[in-house]
Amino acid sequence: MTADALNPGPAASLLGLDPAMVTQARELARRAGQPIVELARTHTTVSVERAVLRLAGLDGADDEGMPWVNLLAEAVRESAGLEHGIALPAWDALLTGGYPSLPALAAAAAAGTVKFRIPEGRDAAAATGAARAALAAGFARIDARRAERDAMISATGDPPKPWIYLIVATGDIYEDIPQAQAAAREGADVIAVIRSTGQSLLDYVPEGATREGYAGTYATRENFRLMRAALDETSRELGRYVRLTNYASGLCMPEIAALAGLERLDMMLNDCMYGIIFRDINPRRTFIDQRFSRQVHARAGIIINTGEDNYLTTADAVDAAHTVVVSQLLNEFFAREAGLPDGQIGLGHAFEINPDVPDSFLLELAHAQLVRELFPDAPLKYMPPTKHMTGNVFAGYLLDAFFNLAGVMTGQSILLIGMMTEGIHTPFLADRDLALENVNYVRRAAGGLAGSFRPEPGGFIARRAQEVLGEAVGLLSRIGDEGLLTAIGRGTFGVTRRPADGGRGLDGVIARAPGYFNPATEIMDTGTEGPGEAR
Amino acid sequence: MTTASAGQSLSGPERASQHSDQDRKIVRPYGDTTGDGRVQLSFTLPVPYGTSEQRARAEGAALQLAAKMGMDPAMVVHAKGMGPDFTFFIVYGRVAHLVDLSEVIVAEREFPLLPAAEINLRIRSALGRKLVVVGACIGTDAHTVGIDAILNVKGHAGEKGLEYYREMRIVNLGAQVAVPDLVARARAEQADAVLVSQVVTQRDAHLNNTREMAAAFRAAGPPQPLLVVGGPRFAPGTEAGLGVDKIFGKGTGPGEVASYLAHALAPASAKAAAPPGLTSDEGARREGGASKRPEHELNSTAGAGGSGGR
Repeated sequence: MTADALNPGPAASLLGLDPAMVTQARELARRAGQPIVELARTHTTVSVERAVLRLAGLDGADDEGMPWVNLLAEAVRESAGLEHGIALPAWDALLTGGYPSLPALAAAAAAGTVKFRIPEGRDAAAATGAARAALAAGFARIDARRAERDAMISATGDPPKPWIYLIVATGDIYEDIPQAQAAAREGADVIAVIRSTGQSLLDYVPEGATREGYAGTYATRENFRLMRAALDETSRELGRYVRLTNYASGLCMPEIAALAGLERLDMMLNDCMYGIIFRDINPRRTFIDQRFSRQVHARAGIIINTGEDNYLTTADAVDAAHTVVVSQLLNEFFAREAGLPDGQIGLGHAFEINPDVPDSFLLELAHAQLVRELFPDAPLKYMPPTKHMTGNVFAGYLLDAFFNLAGVMTGQSILLIGMMTEGIHTPFLADRDLALENVNYVRRAAGGLAGSFRPEPGGFIARRAQEVLGEAVGLLSRIGDEGLLTAIGRGTFGVTRRPADGGRGLDGVIARAPGYFNPATEIMDTGTEGPGEAR
Repeated sequence: MTTASAGQSLSGPERASQHSDQDRKIVRPYGDTTGDGRVQLSFTLPVPYGTSEQRARAEGAALQLAAKMGMDPAMVVHAKGMGPDFTFFIVYGRVAHLVDLSEVIVAEREFPLLPAAEINLRIRSALGRKLVVVGACIGTDAHTVGIDAILNVKGHAGEKGLEYYREMRIVNLGAQVAVPDLVARARAEQADAVLVSQVVTQRDAHLNNTREMAAAFRAAGPPQPLLVVGGPRFAPGTEAGLGVDKIFGKGTGPGEVASYLAHALAPASAKAAAPPGLTSDEGARREGGASKRPEHELNSTAGAGGSGGR
């Protein structure tokens, strides 16, 4: 052990982690997650089916703003059911009914003038072929967007890590744009547009540019497009590619993932359990939607951000440290299973230990370094203190500096910048400027510290990290025994209990019938064409 | 104020004013000397800070604002341009304002904090049945963390939520409940109290939603459940204007809410008063509770558009 620490090879653990225990942890995560994957492979949801239509190019809404994909999916569900997937009945109706386009079919379906059926024989073959062609064109658009990103990064330059992650959230996309551009000019590498708080529970994606939101701006395709175009302009101006982030979460997770791929968003919040725990969305609905979403993200070259930091806002950051690691291992398993390479798995964690706790900074370092070593190739997203920001802005500024220091010492990849006015108000312009001054000082003064950070073998930090990993293995073992859905129902994560049949959106979960056909998953399951393979 | 009488030397006029201030319980901000009135302030003005002419103009603008706020003299100790259009200032100065402590009004809590055992006992004695609480986030507000921290048995920061109270029946409707649905469910459940959490404050959503809810319950007619709202941005003492019975702000724990419900709905009678020494471990747990971390603050970051929702 001592010899290893003195001569750390590329894979050697500074924390003296037992490689066998790390392997065991991943194996236990696989055991806990595999039944969920089976659930996702044998079921679909209304939002997965709507995402198929969106990938095929169906956009727009009726006069009341209800998207055509919702109206078409509802009409199909009522007459033919969605057990066979939407593609067979929809493209069958399109071909046999002589509609010129999907929007025309959707309008007729909404008016109640289309009778859908599950086609057989030659009709089924025709519908299947037409749907496959439509989806192939959709994925070609996503592939083109991905190539476009690569070209932009080559042309403008990729900022060094850690990337500085800043949030805008005015509710009005036309206010968000100048704020985002200003933040990028001040040093932000990643801009996140916080979503309107109501959106996660909407079972449709709003249309068009929006100027009204609550505590955030609606995620719509047009808002995505407007913001990405503005940041492209700023990226060229700065000679640095500025990434754009939004949320593939809530009841429309698969559709938003599709829109993100079509409009070249770069990162998406996409946690395997966040919606369950914090938005009371049905666990089955979430897991099924999530697998499809992650397949889309994998294809589109989008980095997912997971939300483990949120557990520590309800649970104690020391007592529940191992639940963060357990969730990360589960998120990693689900992400890899859906085809995401490690470089696109932005696992989350947070600096949320009560500063009154003795050795709190050592504990933070232990947790942050543990995550860094467990997931060496993941673009880890490290979240600043929120729970112990008291309104004392001076103390808060100091705490944020310690967060920034822990971030650079342990080689975190993405730093969400802490605001000293956290919990008081929407950050003032000056709060953001001071926050950037803080992180820029720490990077300048201590950016190289990670190379010299060598926790004492067998010392406090190493022992704490080993302890958390051991607790994580113990919890994963229990979850494997009782089943993940049961564990969630018992309040294992975020000390919130969410039963498998509770929450919103369960009525949108549909068991697949024999002969279920989904041309999008067909392409993504094989998923070997296109630039998605290269990484 | 003891410093003046302790014989610290102050200049003549200062000393005189100190004595008269003391009689009227008058104080001023304290920098490093009694009565010096020194304060600090930071703010941003939408003015450029590029050329030397712009800088002089910007600092002059900051001093003008400080003067209008009653700071005289004021000193700009820090000014920094933020992008092409804005300047951030830190200003120190002296204010002439006097604070009359005798005019300060403090809203006192009108009910005692009770241990869980006593709350249960009072409900049993006064109602002879379980006290029914229906909770929800109304309108577009999806932040259930606050209401969950109050209602769920786990509670928050070691303080058990209302589900923990044996004599309460809790119906948690979750997020984004439409007001008519809340009214209907409250009636169906024969709710004694309705608890509503409102975190989002953009465009005064929390106030509008609360008024809408209160109006809907009034329109529905009797029986009227006790209407309780909680959230980090409600101003204390605004119950009447919003049409509700009680507002809880930042820093409220489940124990305080439970105590209020017992106070309002299950008043103590002589026979129901808890005998001394009844407070078991349930009661002990309450102790730190009232001052523990606020349940609503947990998610107020998202509501305030901070880094929440991350």
